[in-house]
Amino acid sequence: MHTLSVKEMSEKLRNKEITSVALTQHYLDRIDQYDGELNAYVTVTPELAMEMARQADQMIAEGKGGLLTGIPVAHKDIFCTLDVKTTCGSKMLDNFIAPYDAKVVEASRALGMPILGKTNMDEFAMGSSSESSYYGATKNPWDLKAVPGGSSGGSAAVIAAGLAPLATGSDTGGSIRQPASFCGITGIKPTYGAVSRYGMIAYASSFDQGGPMTRSAEESAWLLDVMAGFDERDSTSLEQPKQDYVSALSNDIKGLKVGVPAEYFEEGLDDGVATTVRAAIAELEKLGAEIVEVSLPNKDLAVPAYYVLAPAEASSNLSRFDGVRYGYRCENPTDLNDLYTRSRSEGFGAEVKRRIMVGAYALSAGYYDAYYLKAQKLRRMVRDDFVNAFEQCDVIVGPVAPTPAFNIGEKSDDPVSMYLADLYTIPVNLAGMPAMSVPAGFSNGRPVGLHLVGPYHSEAKLLNVAHQYQQVTNWHQKMPESYQ
Amino acid sequence: MSLEKTEVDTISRLAAISVDASEVDQLTAKISNVLDLFQRMEAVDTTNVEPMSHPLDQVQRLREDVVTETDHHEEYQKLAPAAENGMYLVPQVID
Repeated sequence: MHTLSVKEMSEKLRNKEITSVALTQHYLDRIDQYDGELNAYVTVTPELAMEMARQADQMIAEGKGGLLTGIPVAHKDIFCTLDVKTTCGSKMLDNFIAPYDAKVVEASRALGMPILGKTNMDEFAMGSSSESSYYGATKNPWDLKAVPGGSSGGSAAVIAAGLAPLATGSDTGGSIRQPASFCGITGIKPTYGAVSRYGMIAYASSFDQGGPMTRSAEESAWLLDVMAGFDERDSTSLEQPKQDYVSALSNDIKGLKVGVPAEYFEEGLDDGVATTVRAAIAELEKLGAEIVEVSLPNKDLAVPAYYVLAPAEASSNLSRFDGVRYGYRCENPTDLNDLYTRSRSEGFGAEVKRRIMVGAYALSAGYYDAYYLKAQKLRRMVRDDFVNAFEQCDVIVGPVAPTPAFNIGEKSDDPVSMYLADLYTIPVNLAGMPAMSVPAGFSNGRPVGLHLVGPYHSEAKLLNVAHQYQQVTNWHQKMPESYQ
Repeated sequence: MSLEKTEVDTISRLAAISVDASEVDQLTAKISNVLDLFQRMEAVDTTNVEPMSHPLDQVQRLREDVVTETDHHEEYQKLAPAAENGMYLVPQVID
């Protein structure tokens, strides 16, 4: 059943050829069989999943729900899930049973999508490899020696290995697109504010954005339709009419202007990635798209600007973890300062501590103008580059990451080298624009994604381009041999 | 940009995170590398560029000043490491 598309699953559920109970049990069995080696789930929720599957079958029998009713989903462990452990990959929240659902969990629950469990991730979403989780590294299903990317590496791995048909992720500096690229799946980071952050544990609030991780663009369109929408509980939620992501999929892309920035193909890009991406661009041209050269001159400034701004926001957001109201508390604190300091020092991992400290430094007296203010100005310059480029084209294409998935441990001792793995994704987060990763081939046996970036509120267009590409290619249908 | 160990001490106090003596050298080196990355911003002329704090240049949406939340303090305090009589317990602050 795991080789069916979600559309086929949905049709079979509605035609009573399968039940949600059988489908959900099938995925739980696969999780039992394979997750030991992948470590892609932090928590598996079989009782909850089966209870929800029974309710979903009832909803289908009564003609209620929607196209995804009865289809199981895995949620990134950054989304609060009522009565389920929600850790954000951290020892700090190892004992945290969420008292409410995040908006995206609430929406999937209301639709009758059984929750299979919570997926592994870099601690507090700070990372590009899913190695920094308190629960250990997740492995890439295409090669167990490789990282699955991060921070939504668990969600990417469960889709690639067929341990869930659909998953949620979040993208602060590329954390949906880079793992999607490394694991050969499809993922979209929507426009900032399109998906509510209510109940999504905050890392860097002006960047964090939830989105779907699936096999195909069509499935991402279906799941985004569930996840997106205005939510008054999130003060950054966009009051915009929802787009019709699904209907737009079948539009023709003849005459579409595809921008290719020269800066995306400079030194440092892996040859196999460059060849794969160029072949994908040629495929779009065959579909009738017109290729135009555009320029993003400030691309290289995005990484330093991001690594000032995101840690600064993190140092503020993570101040709530003080051992008082929830989460980890140290043993026998001697005074209040000892309670705060030891709880945080023992509860956070190395990368989180480092980013909080860098953020505190960037915001501290004497450095605010040199770092924080400067980075905010560069953020505008990076954003303006995109706005100018979109005067000449409808979408921008290029690589998602400079290399395919790297090996576990390869970059873990060198933070800056790890940060540079996100040099193509980070500019988009600074600008708040939507972007996606679409499977486009392989380099040395490891998957490579095609990066599609669009102007604000162009999710439907991006999904349309990706879907049309997936009508003439089959990269999104490939599965690692060991998990077929 | 090389960071002094005393600066690491200051940052650790600001962040309420302690650093083991055995970790100071390695941490100082790693944070210094990150600050080197920041130096790349220095050469760029940003005169007359307006800082951008929100990716969509929006202002914070405000709601009516009325109570909308129901009282969940009992549910929330069940999660606390120590709570009693509706209050969170911490080490004694005042002698």
